Amino acid sequence: MKLTINGTTHEFEAAANMPLLWALRDILDIKGPKFGCGVSACGACTVLINGEPVRSCTYNVSDVEGEVTTIEGLPINGKLHAVQQAWLKHQVPQCGYCQSGQIMAAVALLNTISNPTDTDIDDAMTNLCRCGTYPKIKAAIKDAAAMLEVNR
Amino acid sequence: MSRLGTITRRSFMGLGVAATGGLAVGYYFYTKPFPNPLIAMAAEGDAVFNPYVKIAADNTITIIAPRAEMGQGVHTTLAALVAEELDVSLDQVNVEHGLPGKAYYNEAMMVEGGPFPFFDEGFMAEATRGSMKVVSKFLALQMTGGSSATIDAFVKMREAGCAARLVLVAAAAEHWGVDAGTLRTSGGVITNHVNNETLTYGEISEAAAQLEPPSKLPLRPRSEWKTLGKSQPRVEGLDKVTGGRIFGIDVQLPDMLYGTVKISPRFGVGAVSVDKNAALKVAGVLDIIDIESTTGSGFGIIAENTWAAFQGADALEVEWATPDYPANTDGMKSMLDIAMATNSDFTLGKVGNVEKEFNNTDSENFFGAVYDAPYLAHTTMEPMNATAHFKDGKLEMWIGTQGPGLAQSTCAALLGIKTEDVTVNTTRMGGGFGRRGEVDVPLYAAAMAAKTGGRPIKVTWSREEDMRHDTYRPIATAQFRASLTDDGDITGLDVDIASPSILTSLLGRTFPSIPAGGTEKIVLEGAFDQPSTIPNRRYQAHIVDLPVPIGFWRSVGNSFNGFFQESFIDEVAHVSGKDPLEFRLSMMNDEEHRPAREVLKKVAKMANWGGSLPAGKGQGIAHALSFGTWVAQVVQVDVTDDVVKIEKVWCAADLGLVLDPDNVKAQMMSGIVYGLSQALGQEITFSDHEVEQYNFYDFDAMRMHQCPEIVVELLENSHRMGGAGEPGTPPSTPALANAIYASTGKRIRSMPLSHAIDFA
Repeated sequence: MKLTINGTTHEFEAAANMPLLWALRDILDIKGPKFGCGVSACGACTVLINGEPVRSCTYNVSDVEGEVTTIEGLPINGKLHAVQQAWLKHQVPQCGYCQSGQIMAAVALLNTISNPTDTDIDDAMTNLCRCGTYPKIKAAIKDAAAMLEVNR
Repeated sequence: MSRLGTITRRSFMGLGVAATGGLAVGYYFYTKPFPNPLIAMAAEGDAVFNPYVKIAADNTITIIAPRAEMGQGVHTTLAALVAEELDVSLDQVNVEHGLPGKAYYNEAMMVEGGPFPFFDEGFMAEATRGSMKVVSKFLALQMTGGSSATIDAFVKMREAGCAARLVLVAAAAEHWGVDAGTLRTSGGVITNHVNNETLTYGEISEAAAQLEPPSKLPLRPRSEWKTLGKSQPRVEGLDKVTGGRIFGIDVQLPDMLYGTVKISPRFGVGAVSVDKNAALKVAGVLDIIDIESTTGSGFGIIAENTWAAFQGADALEVEWATPDYPANTDGMKSMLDIAMATNSDFTLGKVGNVEKEFNNTDSENFFGAVYDAPYLAHTTMEPMNATAHFKDGKLEMWIGTQGPGLAQSTCAALLGIKTEDVTVNTTRMGGGFGRRGEVDVPLYAAAMAAKTGGRPIKVTWSREEDMRHDTYRPIATAQFRASLTDDGDITGLDVDIASPSILTSLLGRTFPSIPAGGTEKIVLEGAFDQPSTIPNRRYQAHIVDLPVPIGFWRSVGNSFNGFFQESFIDEVAHVSGKDPLEFRLSMMNDEEHRPAREVLKKVAKMANWGGSLPAGKGQGIAHALSFGTWVAQVVQVDVTDDVVKIEKVWCAADLGLVLDPDNVKAQMMSGIVYGLSQALGQEITFSDHEVEQYNFYDFDAMRMHQCPEIVVELLENSHRMGGAGEPGTPPSTPALANAIYASTGKRIRSMPLSHAIDFA
């Protein structure tokens, strides 16, 4: 099996029905995407495939066509993505476990809608956070949108 | 200076030690020294000053924050205590949890364990607090819980920083041959203004660690704090926005196997029969072992990867035995009703004579109501997991645990090895909420590690296994009866609460040899211990014997009693035609109740309480004192077409002393969301003796689109420092129920509220 992840091509063996999440975590040792539910219900495992957010815990590794981006692939030349910077500025994470998925979902949102409203954020950000960081996530997404606008 | 302060100050006498020198001088509490766990962790050249501070020659400064970082920011705040007195900034230091050690026992967690309200400073209450300190020293449990970490660390970790700085300065003074008083410290550098030379802490650390700190450790007054009292970025913040490998589930070891567990979904019984054939045929499944422990019986699936292990567990065909507890939730509720109808097990908070008052009250001047709350799961975002490596008679574990010492001792007992032959590496945790102090997770991993031929194994529970094998927040029900004056003021309050005992459940699975029983204030906490000047009161506990495992769920007994009591007070206010805020204020008149009055008045002002609202909107108010922190909240809802939208929450909290304002506000916000989540539909129910819920699709929590705007303000009127992690939770649910009543006239007395009304 061959996959391009964060710009690097990996060749490995895995059962065809293995979810992408476990191929990433257990075979390729890419630990950013987290296991939370195994049924696409929480979003902790969110990665991008060709820029689209995907819940990797239920996405068969053999079905992946295109480039996979995990949170490890977000920084460019060591510089954090605007969403990551905004997350730090707003001190979003508490336990932090869901935040890889939240950040990937936010990146995907801002790729589609550059200046999202509260409703856009409510609709797109369906990932679960048990620490209740939602108000800070919302504020950070708006800040990231502003940062990206300046750089555009 | 408090007794604690005196003791810990004395304890620092003669604690200087350099790991390279091999001189182990203990850290003394009372008279018996505990060994310094940091010595075992120190690398060649590390100078160890005390259990909390080591400094390498290259000026790498490491602070040990020996409490579970599960999102509450404890590593940042505890490190700030040391950094403040060590005169370094937080971005200069490494913060580690460290290895387990009795030196890190939590004294504060047990101090409020006695049957007294937080504000009671009478002889009995204080004497009990004193003896709890001795008991906690004797048990020497290194636990994170009870919102106690910062309270416990406040003096001793500042003293650790101060003691290290004083010997560093003394060593530098000796080096330069000057008086120590002429030297200045800043940012880990000592400056000699006479010759304009400087020394880093690292350059002088080996010599400094040989010196004894003075017996008097002059801690900085608050007015001189540089770090404490100010909001700090989290020390692990960067890891948490870059997918850092910091959680137990991220552990990766050479030659590591993977596994999962399938434990009996019927509590207290095991398998009648098992067919392993199909499971062993799953590609990647290597072995299936039997697990027998005090926490459960079942099977461990050993595999080449986690996915294979999960599939193996699904394919494992087991017939489980039938336990003798009721098969379904209705049967369990009947047991609560029976307990409620029989004599009480104990009474707390008795004031005046409620029976006499009731006998003297006209029959039309009574008001009563019955409330109930279900079992709840913790559902931490990171499912339960542990990695274990058993080789040559020694066990090493990597686990996110709130009780590393318990994990160490119970796993040692399971494998029949010495406690010192178990090493526990405590990782950061994807949520804890009380779940991660339990020993089931390390026990199963240790049992599986003994069957791998010396290879390490990471054991990850599926979400379904996690949901169905929790130590649940207990089911509870309460009867409130009040006698009223003709004006509607409460003259007598009689409260009966029925619930299973958390301590009986906990001791049974953790220390089976210790008998349980007696007064357990948890059943009544959040009710009997609240600020009240109602002249006649009585709170009776009815303990129910149910073997469903129960445990500490964020705010524990306060999580249901806060809902019960603050709903009832609100009901009486409306029955009496009184404003719910004014009614509360009229019943907390003692001087020591002042923080409660102030947070209520504050939150009312923040929310513009009593102001006019558009049709369909309503506000509810509630107050709860828990873990030493006074919290008042107003929830505002909008009810349109019978659907409730929680619009806004205002929160005023008084912890007495705030060390990191933004973090405390974040904890209040978190506690509110955690509390409101249960109202939206959380419940653990039973059929066929098994939990009926499996995953987030049938036990969800609040999501982004349901989350209100939350505003938090902090006050400092309280006489002692309170906790941060839990106190935001208890007032949230009654404030919501009270807001729904204000908007709709519908009183909901049963959790989750979603049974009676729809939420957006």
